[in-house]
Amino acid sequence: MDFHLSEEHRMVQNMVREFTQKEVIPVIKEWDRRQEMAPFILPRMAELGILGINIPVRYGGQGFDYLALGLVCEELEAADSTLRVVMSVHMGLNSMALLQWGTEEQKKKFLVPQAKGEKAACFGLTEPGAGSDVAGIKGTAKRVGDEYVLNGEKMWISLATKAQHALVVLRTAEDPHEGLTAFILELDRKGVKTGDIHGKLGMRAGSTGWISMTDVHIPAGNRLGEEGEGFKIAMSCLDNGRYTVAAGATGLIRACLEASVKYAHGRTAFNREIGQFQLVQQKIAYMVQSYEAARLLYLRAGWMKNQGERNTRETSLAKWFATDASFDAASEAIQVHGAYGFSDEYDVERYLRNSKGAVIYEGTSEIHQLMQAGYALGYREDADLRCELPSYDAEFWQAAG
Amino acid sequence: MKIAVFVKQVPDSAAKMAVDNGTVTWGEAPLVINPWDEYAVEAALVLAEKYGGEVSALSLGGESAKEALKHALAMGCGEAILISDPAIPSPDAGATARILAAAATKLGVYLAIFGKQAIDADTGLTAPMTARLLGWPSLTLVAAITQLDAVAKSIRVERGIEEGRQVVEGKLPAILSIGKDFGEPRYPSFMGIRKASKAEIPTWSLAELGIPAPEIKVSWPEIFSPPPREVSGDLITGDSAEEIASKLVDKLLAAGVL
Repeated sequence: MDFHLSEEHRMVQNMVREFTQKEVIPVIKEWDRRQEMAPFILPRMAELGILGINIPVRYGGQGFDYLALGLVCEELEAADSTLRVVMSVHMGLNSMALLQWGTEEQKKKFLVPQAKGEKAACFGLTEPGAGSDVAGIKGTAKRVGDEYVLNGEKMWISLATKAQHALVVLRTAEDPHEGLTAFILELDRKGVKTGDIHGKLGMRAGSTGWISMTDVHIPAGNRLGEEGEGFKIAMSCLDNGRYTVAAGATGLIRACLEASVKYAHGRTAFNREIGQFQLVQQKIAYMVQSYEAARLLYLRAGWMKNQGERNTRETSLAKWFATDASFDAASEAIQVHGAYGFSDEYDVERYLRNSKGAVIYEGTSEIHQLMQAGYALGYREDADLRCELPSYDAEFWQAAG
Repeated sequence: MKIAVFVKQVPDSAAKMAVDNGTVTWGEAPLVINPWDEYAVEAALVLAEKYGGEVSALSLGGESAKEALKHALAMGCGEAILISDPAIPSPDAGATARILAAAATKLGVYLAIFGKQAIDADTGLTAPMTARLLGWPSLTLVAAITQLDAVAKSIRVERGIEEGRQVVEGKLPAILSIGKDFGEPRYPSFMGIRKASKAEIPTWSLAELGIPAPEIKVSWPEIFSPPPREVSGDLITGDSAEEIASKLVDKLLAAGVL
C-alpha cells in the first residue's frame, strides 16, 4: 500500500493551490460580502482546464484520474467552498453522469464543450417539495413525437443562473422510483427561467438558484439513459457529487486547522501564545485527526473509482464524516480565534457559514447515517447498474481519440 | 532560435531559515523553483511563442533540482537538462557562471535567460558573470522585451530600475535577467504537468560540458544569525489627525531623525 501522492498528483495540487492563493483568496471575502459569484471564477477555471480535469482528452478534458479530481476539490474548498461547488455540480453531478450514462453522440454534443469549459453545467434534482425524498419529484416530462415537453420547478440549484446545461430528473410515469427519467436541458430553451436565491447563511460567493420549466420542448435525443432510469442515474450522480463534497470538506478542515495554528501562534494571553494552552491544543488536535481521517476516506473512494469498483457506501461515509467534521472544525476554529473569529475580519466565520450547507445537500448527514447503518445491518445493498462509472484507464483517458 | 532558461531549486520563501553550527538549515520546508526563475521561464516562453524557437530549461544542482526543472517543463519548456557532478558540491557564483556558460555554449543558444536573483543567496551575480565569461551583452532587470530581430541579431529591452524604465539594445547572443515587472508567470498547465511527470531528464556532467571543475574562490567560513535588535513601539494618540501628526513631528525632531 503506497500512501504517497504521485508526482503528477502533487503538481496538480500545487498548481490549483497557486491559482487559489494568487487569484481567489485575496478577493473572496469581498465577493462573499456582496453575495455574488465573482465573474472571473468560471472563465478562469475553464481556461486552466480545471472544469475538465478528469474527463478523457478525447472528450475535451485533461485526462487525469478521479484522485486528481478529489485533490483539486480539496484545494478549491481550502480557499472557498463556492469554488468546490462548481466542481460538484459541473463535474460530479453532471459531466461524470454524461461520461457514465451518455451515448457517444451525447458525449460529443454536451460533454465535450463542458469538459473544455465552454459550457458550464448544473444538476436539477431537488424541487421545492422534494429533497431527500427523490421519489416525491413532481416535475414532468411528456413524450410528444420526437420530443419531450418539460414542466416543473427545480430548487436549490447551484449555478442555475450561470450554467448553460442542466441535467434534470423529471417524472415520465407515476411509479415513485421507476417513473423518473433524466434529461439534458439547454438552459437557453424557450420556457426555461432561472433565478438566484439570496439571503443564504453561507456559500455567499457562489450561485444558488432555481430553474422553472414551462412547456419546454427538447429533442428525445436529450434523454439521458432510458425512460425510468432517472432514479438510478440520480443516485449514481450523487456517488460522484458526494465524492467532490467529501474532498472539498476535507480542504475546509485543513483551512480551519491552518488558520487556527497561525492564530494560536500569533495571539498571546496571560503572557503566553495561546497555542500553549491545552484546551486550544485539544481543538487543534481534533482538527488534525479529522483532516487526516477525512483525507484517507475520500482518497479511498477516489481510488475505488479509479479501479471501477462500486463506491456508494465508501463515498457516503467519506461525505458524511468530512462534512460533519468540517462544521465542527470551523466552529472550533472560531473558538480559537475568540471574538475576532466572530467577525469577518478573519476567514473562520465564513468557513463555518459555508460548512453548514454541505451537511444538508447531497444527502443530509441523517441520510448518510441511515445508509451506513443499512449497509452494516444488511438492509441495504447496491444493485448493479446498466452503466457503471468507467474505471480510469490512463491510455484511453490520455489519448486524443 | 534556441533559448536557454536557467533555474535553481531553493528553499520555499515561507521556510524558517536558521543557522546551525555555521550551516544554514530550513528544516522540513520544501524546495521549490526559485520564484524569480518563474519570471525567467515566462519570458523565455513568451519569446518562443512570439518569435518561434525552442526553450530548454537547465539547472545546476543535485537530483532534487529535477523538481524545479519539472516545474519549468510543466509551464511549457520543451526540454530540461540537469547539470550535476560530484566534483562541484557547492559552487560559488563564479564557478556556477563558468559551468552555465559552458552549458549555454554546448546548447548553442541565442539567449540565456535568468531570474534577477535567487532567493537563497540573493547575490544576483550569476547572470552578469555568465555574460562576462561568454563575452555576451548582459541585459539585467528586464521588465519588457520590445524587439527581437533574429536576422540582424539584435534585441531591445526595457530595464526596470528605481528611476523608471531604461531602454537598452544589445547584440545576440545575449544574457537576460528578468524582474518582476515582466508580468506574472503562468501556472503549470495540466497537459504540461503530464508531460513533465513522464519526462526523463538527462544529466550533464562536467566532462560532457568539456570543462574541468572550476575553482571555488568564495567560501563561507562563518555564518551566524544577526543578533536580535531591541526595538520598542510607541502608539501616538490624539483627537485629530493634525494633533497626532504634530506629536509625531515633535518626537521625530527630539529623536534627531529630522
